[in-house]
Amino acid sequence: MNKIFEIPLYAYQRSPDQDAASSVRHKVIVIGAGPVGLAAAIDLAQQGVQVVVLDDNDKVSFGSRAICFSQRSLEIADRLGAGRKLVEKGVLWDAGKVFFDNRQVYEFHLQPDTGYANPAFINLQQYYVEKMLVERVRELQAEGAPIEIRGQNRVEAIGTHDDHVKLEIETPEGPYNIEADWLIACDGANSPTRRMLGLDFEGRIFEDNFLIADVVMRADFPSERWFWFDPPFNRGQSALLHKQPDNVWRIDLQLGKDIDPEHEKLPENVIPRLKAMLGEDVDFALEWVSIYTFQCRRMERFRHGRVLFAGDSAHQVSPFGARGANSGLQDADNLCWKLKLVMDGDAPDLLLDSYSRERVEAADENIRMSTLSTEFITPKSDMSRLLRDAVLDLSEHYPFARPLVNSGRLSTPCAYSGSSLSSADALNGPEVTRPGSACPDAPLGDEFLLPQLAGKFTLLTIDADAPDSIEEGGVQATRLALSVKDDLTLELKRRYLGDATGAVYLIRPDQHVAARRDTFEENAFRQAIRRATGKE
Amino acid sequence: MTDLILTPNLENADGFYADLTAAHDGLNKAESDALNARLVLVLANHIGAAKVLSNALKAAKLQDT
Ligand SMILES: Cc1cc2nc3c(=O)[nH]c(=O)nc-3n(C[C@H](O)[C@H](O)[C@H](O)COP(=O)(O)OP(=O)(O)OC[C@H]3O[C@@H](n4cnc5c(N)ncnc54)[C@H](O)[C@@H]3O)c2cc1C
Repeated sequence: MNKIFEIPLYAYQRSPDQDAASSVRHKVIVIGAGPVGLAAAIDLAQQGVQVVVLDDNDKVSFGSRAICFSQRSLEIADRLGAGRKLVEKGVLWDAGKVFFDNRQVYEFHLQPDTGYANPAFINLQQYYVEKMLVERVRELQAEGAPIEIRGQNRVEAIGTHDDHVKLEIETPEGPYNIEADWLIACDGANSPTRRMLGLDFEGRIFEDNFLIADVVMRADFPSERWFWFDPPFNRGQSALLHKQPDNVWRIDLQLGKDIDPEHEKLPENVIPRLKAMLGEDVDFALEWVSIYTFQCRRMERFRHGRVLFAGDSAHQVSPFGARGANSGLQDADNLCWKLKLVMDGDAPDLLLDSYSRERVEAADENIRMSTLSTEFITPKSDMSRLLRDAVLDLSEHYPFARPLVNSGRLSTPCAYSGSSLSSADALNGPEVTRPGSACPDAPLGDEFLLPQLAGKFTLLTIDADAPDSIEEGGVQATRLALSVKDDLTLELKRRYLGDATGAVYLIRPDQHVAARRDTFEENAFRQAIRRATGKE
Repeated sequence: MTDLILTPNLENADGFYADLTAAHDGLNKAESDALNARLVLVLANHIGAAKVLSNALKAAKLQDT
């Protein structure tokens, strides 16, 4: 087995809190050191907010988990100081092939447009993402940031109060209690927090079983995403092959309903299946084999008083489209600047309700998209199979049918369409940057736009005037003055101006557009800041 | 044209109908079903307009459009 699974990343250490006479109160406690909990904690610590992460384990996550990380996740990771590392280790891919029956029906290329600092997607094992985020935590600690991770600290009970939360924690040296002003529950799909608070988690369970295997092999398959519908080696079912770093390959084989997972997981049953797929003479070793069924469900609300749910604890999707960890990172991105403003008294408490509303909208979009993929991959009726096969047959001959093939619509950030934080669109500008959208990156000479928009309110002007900064109710927006001439590739113009000759954007700390107009109008932008901080 | 046409519009009604049935000659039920499915998709793409298509679905269900 790969060593990374065995080395404690944040070994248990006794905390002074365990010897305190009464429960110590922290600013923020995060439960769960998965990708989402770590991202949230780093984000808060970078803003100077004191945060403790508790995890019942002390190692990277176990088994086959996320491998596809989206451009938006890499942009968020850049802001958190870990993006470069992820891209350097990750496998880049931008092509895929679709097979039906015994033949290739077509191949495709992702995002042919350029002008982004980050690739459309990388493949990287979730354990590397977690490891690199923990390394970032260590860096922050070395700089004196108020962040700590406590391994083998299992949350056993939670008491909620108007102005704080109490936790009972079990450790190898016995129990202790602590308190926090705010609790972020990133404790995964089986969230004990959700259970302890007696909260709902409603949705749909899909009956099909999938064999997920990570295999180590030296093979000359290209780094592309290969998807098979009804292949000879897995009749009536689907299959996926995708490359990860270190010569590890992810294989998904649909097994159908009514199977015995324990039996299917045995190497003597798995190996012949994989040989049928990869070829008899390919040498491989199994890193992980698991059997999964998938579900699409979410909590009704992601905020319950002082407890905020983020990541899989709040919503779960089938993995087609890589929307789990990717959307969880966007949860953290959406939440942390709001929490900081509320903690500092610069925004009203109800700004946090907008976290729930915006991320519920995103979760619904992700659930809808991943449900559609699941239905295409595992048709539920004879007629839906007939139509699906018709699409695949046509896709071999005619490009029109290819957009109908759905083996997973890869994660893109949600544009919060109806958000109460957005102001009405006042620019005749491009659709991709309408209020609510995540700002698309754009080249600026040798640099890129997004790093300049990170972590604060920005007044982005493109060939338009505005003051260097405006302050409204304790919230400051700082100007970033650009001109279409700063980008000779004209992507900045294409993405932010369209037919307009100039524009002023108010951009939130999470790089989503709050407002835009053709010129700076002080009252309008003051109002936009108030709206974006929950004051109107 | 964004409205679904439900009045006679085929250039050669009898000819088309004959071609449609002839296309199924010699096919078994599964092959015929697949042909129909492909035909629906080809025609839907040609039409393209979402409103026309959703009205066509209603018309095919014998509901008012
Ligand atoms: C086969 C498969 C493929 C996937 N592929 C992708 C993909 O390509 N892209 C993608 O974006 N997503 C993918 N996902 C989904 C992704 O793995 C999850 O969305 C992601 O792990 C969620 O992160 P999280 O931090 O919310 O929760 P988790 O990673 O589940 O972390 C929860 C943490 O909470 C801790 N914890 C739980 N209970 C307690 C307690 N009582 N006290 C203290 N700590 C506790 C756990 O130890 C754990 O560390 C895939 C999932 C599967 C199963």
